[in-house]
Amino acid sequence: MIELLIMVIKTTVVFGIVLTHVAYTTYAERKIIGRAQARMGPMEVGPHGLLQPIADFIKIFFKEDIVPINAEKFIFQIAPLIVLIFTMINLTVIPFTSNFILADLNVGLLFILASASVSVYGIILAGWSSNSKYSFLGGLRSASQVLSYEIALGLSLAGVVLAAGSLNLRDIVIAQHNTALGVYAIPQIIGFVVFVIAAFAETNRAPFDLPEAETELVAGYLTEYSAFRYALFFLAEYVAMYIMASLCALCFLGGWTIPKFITDILPFLDKVPGIIWFAIKVYAFIFLYIWVRATFPRYRFDQLLNIGWKVLIPAGLVNLILVAFLKRFM
Amino acid sequence: MVELLFGYFAIVIITSALFGVTRKNLVHSLLWILLMFVHLGGLYLLLNAEFLAMVQIIVYAGAILVMFLFVVFLLNLKEETKEPVFIHSWQGRIYGVLILLFFALFGAFTYKKTHTGSFTIELIDKQGHTKTIGTALFNEYLFPFLILGFILLVPLIGVGIVAVRRKANGTS
Amino acid sequence: MVPLSFYLALSATLFFIGAFSFLTRRNLIMMFISIEIMLNSVNISLVAFSHYMQDIRGQILALFVIAIAGGAVAVGLIILVLAYRNKKTLKLEEFKLLREE
Repeated sequence: MIELLIMVIKTTVVFGIVLTHVAYTTYAERKIIGRAQARMGPMEVGPHGLLQPIADFIKIFFKEDIVPINAEKFIFQIAPLIVLIFTMINLTVIPFTSNFILADLNVGLLFILASASVSVYGIILAGWSSNSKYSFLGGLRSASQVLSYEIALGLSLAGVVLAAGSLNLRDIVIAQHNTALGVYAIPQIIGFVVFVIAAFAETNRAPFDLPEAETELVAGYLTEYSAFRYALFFLAEYVAMYIMASLCALCFLGGWTIPKFITDILPFLDKVPGIIWFAIKVYAFIFLYIWVRATFPRYRFDQLLNIGWKVLIPAGLVNLILVAFLKRFM
Repeated sequence: MVELLFGYFAIVIITSALFGVTRKNLVHSLLWILLMFVHLGGLYLLLNAEFLAMVQIIVYAGAILVMFLFVVFLLNLKEETKEPVFIHSWQGRIYGVLILLFFALFGAFTYKKTHTGSFTIELIDKQGHTKTIGTALFNEYLFPFLILGFILLVPLIGVGIVAVRRKANGTS
Repeated sequence: MVPLSFYLALSATLFFIGAFSFLTRRNLIMMFISIEIMLNSVNISLVAFSHYMQDIRGQILALFVIAIAGGAVAVGLIILVLAYRNKKTLKLEEFKLLREE
């Protein structure tokens, strides 16, 4: 009984921290994109605009909730929940440090891929149940984008699993720490690049954010969603960004460890707690997300699918073969 | 605890299968089948087969059913509301099916165990289900695995041919 | 410990739900889905036997069934799309070219 209580408290703490991060990521995004475009970003609410996410949350809470007339009411209501639940459920298998993990699954990586597969249904159902042609087409487009890049994501992670010998995320980090270079991003640079590009496409972020661009099909599958349901979709998107950033940090950048050759040179770095390194890597990846959004134009849909099928999958396969060679002969 | 979970999974699987095959709206019945597939994955978890559970969710719930949904959406298939769901002689078939089900249940409940292999539950708990399946698949069943690769290559080529021929025909 | 016969009973019930739906639904896609239900019921049976007889071959075969079902669905849906393009409908009564008069 007491273990159940401890588990509930741990889960609440993790979800609370991640949701606070998500709220302030929206603020950070507006600030960073503002600075990249030579303007200041939000400055009004609170000192330097720091209370902006709270103001946004209060505004969304009070907006009117519209359900289209001929929409399938039940499916319309649960579609954002499907996306949100199957995105937040990934947080339970991420090891933030060497002994803090909510559920130490032996197939943790496969669990993340499985929940990514099921969350596609939220997008398809959101598009279909809105009973509008634009939403429907936007939903199918977005779903085919996510499905295509899921394969590339899986292939790049397959290289990591092959090198580490386990699907358990903690074992992957520990195996990574024991290699010569300390991170998997350097020997598997192709896989790392494939993973980063696939992560951008999986979370519907720029430059693959066709469903969210206002000039394309209005807003894709999100068109008919207002107020709180829209906020749920965006919550799911930002949590997915954090999941991809955590996955990149764990599988390719060394998780909560620092490579051995750096601690040989600067031994005081060993005393820094692991969570700080993990946080630095995750924040760096989130900054990359925001930076890319401010910099690149978005891809057209057929260009997007071309990249997913014709460029990333062969690159992932080449990476897998290279990793197999390295593991066999080294 | 395991019995409670099995009872929940079994009831939801049977109920969602029954709802799935009797709905008039195709998309509704596909969604009930999705629920059934996810609960089947959960049932495999109870049987100590975690890799198989994840593969079931990724392949069945995440790929095959999405293919079904895409075909239903892109062909814009709608059921006519006035037509009956089942064919006209469905009463006879349900009697036949129920009789066969009675025999199958009789066989299920009078099964006597004859053979015990060496892959005990302790072994699977110790070295992980993925590694157990991996060693068996790549050592003893390598040839069927390679043939499986070819079997999956054939639909890939088939889809490519059908899609390209459609563009050459000019019809949509 | 859940006895093996419960898993087999579940598998049999699911198989016959799938068989009944295959024999009586009029839409081709519903027939397809009932094939998937039957394949899944066989998978439950295989994995349950593998668990109770402590033999890994049941789970290997279940993995093969999942993969082959994926391939079968892909090929079947290609045929279905071509059939729909021909007949503009998926009702079972329309596909009677091979029937004797």
